[in-house]
Amino acid sequence: MYETIYHRPSSIDEAAALFAKNEDGKYLAGGHTLIPVMKSRLAAPSNVIDIGRIPALIGIEAAGGTLMIKAATTYYDIMSSTQVKQSIPAIARLTSMLGDPQVRARGTIGGSIANNDPAADFPAAVLALGATIRTNKRDIAADDFFKGIFTTALQDGELITAVLFPLAAKAGYSKFRHPASRFALTGVFVAQSKGGDVRAVATGASQSGVMRVGEIEKALKANWSAAALDSVKISPDGLLEDIHGTAEYRANLVKVMAQRAVESAE
Amino acid sequence: MKADGIGARLARKEDKRFITGKGRYVDDVRVHGMTYAHFVRSPHAHARVKGIDISEAMGRPGVLAVLTGRELVDDKIGNLICGWMVHSKDGSPMKMGAWPAMAPETVRFVGQAVAVVIGETRNQARDGAEAVIVDYEVLPAAADIKAAIAPGAPQLHPEAAGNAVFNWSIGDDKAVDAAMSKAAHKVTFELENNRLIPNAMEPRAALAEYNEAEEHFTLHTTSQNPHVARLVLSAFYNIAQEHKLRVIAPDVGGGFGSKIFIYPEEMVALWASKKVGRPVKWTSDRTEAFLTDAHGRDHLTKATMAFDANHKILALRVDTHANFGAYMSLFSSSVPTYLYATLLSGQYNIPNIYAEVTGVYTNTAPIDAYRGAGRPEASYLLERLIETAARTFKVDPAELRRKNFITSFPHQTPVIMAYDIGDFNASLDAALKEIDYAGFPARKEKAKKEGKLRGIGFSCYIEACGIAPSKAVGSLGAGVGLWESAEVRVNPVGTIEVLTGSHSHGQGHETTFAQVVADRLGIPANQIQIVHGDTDKVQFGMGTYGSRSGAVGISAIVKAMEKVEAKAKKIAAHQLEASESDIVIENGTFKVTGTDRLMPLASVALAAYTGHNLPDGMEPGLKEGAFYDPTNFTFPSGTYVCEVDVDAATGKTSFVDFVAVDDFGRLINPMIVEGQVHGGLVQGIGQALLERAVYDNSGQLVTASYMDYAMPRAEDVPSFKLQHTTTLCPGNPLGIKGCGEAGAIGAPAAVINAITDAIGNNSLEMPATPDRVWHAIQSGRA
Ligand SMILES: Cc1cc2nc3c(=O)[nH]c(=O)nc-3n(C[C@H](O)[C@H](O)[C@H](O)COP(=O)(O)OP(=O)(O)OC[C@H]3O[C@@H](n4cnc5c(N)ncnc54)[C@H](O)[C@@H]3O)c2cc1C
Repeated sequence: MYETIYHRPSSIDEAAALFAKNEDGKYLAGGHTLIPVMKSRLAAPSNVIDIGRIPALIGIEAAGGTLMIKAATTYYDIMSSTQVKQSIPAIARLTSMLGDPQVRARGTIGGSIANNDPAADFPAAVLALGATIRTNKRDIAADDFFKGIFTTALQDGELITAVLFPLAAKAGYSKFRHPASRFALTGVFVAQSKGGDVRAVATGASQSGVMRVGEIEKALKANWSAAALDSVKISPDGLLEDIHGTAEYRANLVKVMAQRAVESAE
Repeated sequence: MKADGIGARLARKEDKRFITGKGRYVDDVRVHGMTYAHFVRSPHAHARVKGIDISEAMGRPGVLAVLTGRELVDDKIGNLICGWMVHSKDGSPMKMGAWPAMAPETVRFVGQAVAVVIGETRNQARDGAEAVIVDYEVLPAAADIKAAIAPGAPQLHPEAAGNAVFNWSIGDDKAVDAAMSKAAHKVTFELENNRLIPNAMEPRAALAEYNEAEEHFTLHTTSQNPHVARLVLSAFYNIAQEHKLRVIAPDVGGGFGSKIFIYPEEMVALWASKKVGRPVKWTSDRTEAFLTDAHGRDHLTKATMAFDANHKILALRVDTHANFGAYMSLFSSSVPTYLYATLLSGQYNIPNIYAEVTGVYTNTAPIDAYRGAGRPEASYLLERLIETAARTFKVDPAELRRKNFITSFPHQTPVIMAYDIGDFNASLDAALKEIDYAGFPARKEKAKKEGKLRGIGFSCYIEACGIAPSKAVGSLGAGVGLWESAEVRVNPVGTIEVLTGSHSHGQGHETTFAQVVADRLGIPANQIQIVHGDTDKVQFGMGTYGSRSGAVGISAIVKAMEKVEAKAKKIAAHQLEASESDIVIENGTFKVTGTDRLMPLASVALAAYTGHNLPDGMEPGLKEGAFYDPTNFTFPSGTYVCEVDVDAATGKTSFVDFVAVDDFGRLINPMIVEGQVHGGLVQGIGQALLERAVYDNSGQLVTASYMDYAMPRAEDVPSFKLQHTTTLCPGNPLGIKGCGEAGAIGAPAAVINAITDAIGNNSLEMPATPDRVWHAIQSGRA
């Protein structure tokens, strides 16, 4: 790791001001993405602004048909929250399958979606549930937020403060874990909104990051059941291919994980 | 059984310090004035070093020196050696290219060091290394065996035409031909043995100190064999003289073979400590470990097994290409030859065997012994062949094996080994019973109804441990003898120190070795201290690898104990006025048999050291040493059976059951043995399902972190069912065979045979990742 200056602001405004004032700053939340890349010297921010202890960024609220998870809430707190389990159990389930106990104890929902790793779990939930990403500047719809791998709509210094999930009629997540990293080799989040809209979002599969899968959405809209996907064929075009899985294999997993997500949906 | 004696499940003495974080590893050692080394490593798999500009690095804060390969050459530091000479079948010696500790001219794998920066702090050394500018002329690379042996392949070393180190053979070619021509059936199989990265929990490290006034070096290093390190460093590398070099291997966090070898980093640390006049520490980071620790396995093999009409094996022909990486590591040449092809008879009566092995240079990290070293490759090949034969013949795989088992001992195989003892039917029977083989068809049917593909797989392995009779290995090309040493020191108060040439880096020697002594004297194990890992404390010894510490290391202790006991009995007899032959050892006392006259061990010891009343002419003191040279290899064997379910939709394998029945001869501490088997099995399962080192075509290591190199975790493995069927090894005093590698040797074939049974497609390579299994299911369906 290169030398860096560590800041610990206590409010959102102070964090944003520190970012504006200091050259080459980086927000630090759980640090489970940022610290490893700093240790291997692939990132070298000269100022690290720790937002992980800002009280206004931590907490979960369920009210008025919306589940709000503040940005610096850890995975562990999310998976063990009664509010989450009662309002959108699929999110608790997704979080419980994420990484390992150490990662869950530190990693945050804000860090996960700001980073937008193509194999991360949370982006799938955020997009499938049609969530809203709230920042210190504005509200961004999930549809406008994810812009391809490791890229988002966030502007320089813009801080995610919370993610607002509309409660769904049904939602489910199924993940096939990457044999080495335990990220999603392919994970699929399916959701049926209260208005009857259906979304199916795959992570880990596509070269361009988290993606909605039209064929699956169409079939599920017609008939919300795992069997409805039996005849669906997913094209391997544009899917990732590496030593852990061919594009064809991932295409298969998109379908199989979607089926299992539907089966687990509640 | 005595409470602390042989056979007791004594908790490991060493675990208290390991579990409470009180272990002392090389990186924990700090000395006054210590500096840090950071290596500048090649980002290219094959390149000419045209120039190295150190000027900017030298100006960086805290940088004390930047040393290059050129200076190593100028200082006449020797090239790395390979300690086992293998001859090709035409009689010519193996063709080795030079391996300098830092490359002055040509780099041949990604991660090879070209220079080292010595800094006041770790970070300053690393900053300095980033400022070293190396001018490379990139050359085409051969990143795997096929690329290296292809016509027109890039040539790695001028000495080795076609990148072939040797073309070695064993057995009788013509006899195999003749037997094959008479065969009723032939089964041919091609397979790969996947390349692995050892991944010891503690990365390699070295701390070198030079004392100018005494012209003396001290090296703390992560070694499985500190004396061998000292010998090689002094005899071949021109760095220090043997009596002016102390090598200390303190607590070492796992080796699995990878810490047998002397690596460039230790050499450079020693040399640099003298050059800069300050102690130099180097600790590998995880990326360096992936790139530069000696890797394991990596074979391509084609084999044919011939059978008569009754399914008795007539002959075996094997043709293997073994990858050595870019340089010949210390014992690399022995691994795919004498440690591999000599085990190709397995548990079977195979009258004719012929094997040819071609060693190949590639632009990858050097490959050497890794848990099992050659024996897993042999076992995997044989056990897949015989399973394939059973499927081809549509006969029960267990019965085909049984039909071909060797049942009388000693048995001379056609490939050097003379098996001394074993009972292969016993372990097979026990395994079949434990897994309820008879009930398998019903279980398979039930699983099918639940939508799962159920399979069962066998592996009947044999291996050779207790390396090895020095004369025998000498005749096969080894540059060292493979005996072991021990010294037993009884202190004046009756406590005991045992100095052993074996080295514990996870095996629990501090417990098991003490149990052996406790058992003989009838004293508590905590009265005994095991001393190892320091060339200044311990007499020359050969170290720990190849599951040799029980069979060879303990045998040396037993020999030394016999001498100690003989002398102690003499003293006791003298003082008790009895005949020496009437003295028996019981519960820590020397007793006149049939009487109540006795002397506690402490009194005998004190008498030995006061010297006031010893038999005439006896030297004072109670301390004896011994060297034990084994009479033969030992031959652990066993049967592993595993039952799996494969999820056809995803290709994911899960274990239903895993039974391991081993014959290790005498068990000193069954709990530690079980731990060794568990670890071995997990590594074997890792090889079968998860682990694979992958280089891309340009020679970049794709799996250079845990994000891509899949290590087995607790959730990947089942709860093992272990059993032992025992035949005592006749070759050593306690009848020990060795248990350290069996799991890694036997597990892979059991797992793959189970998966291929489940999916009904036999063409599947390791690791059987879900992706590969799914594809195999698809192509099986097509
Ligand atoms: C061993 C391991 C296993 C893992 N397994 C999984 C897995 O299975 N699934 C998975 O999804 N992830 C996995 N991860 C990644 C983990 O979820 C990370 O924690 C997550 O991606 C980043 O969250 P963080 O809070 O740690 O962010 P940090 O590392 O602190 O930050 C990541 C990036 O986001 C930015 N950032 C953080 N918070 C905000 C904010 N509120 N507003 C704007 N920008 C912000 C930071 O500046 C930085 O650029 C794993 C990580 C590790 C180390």
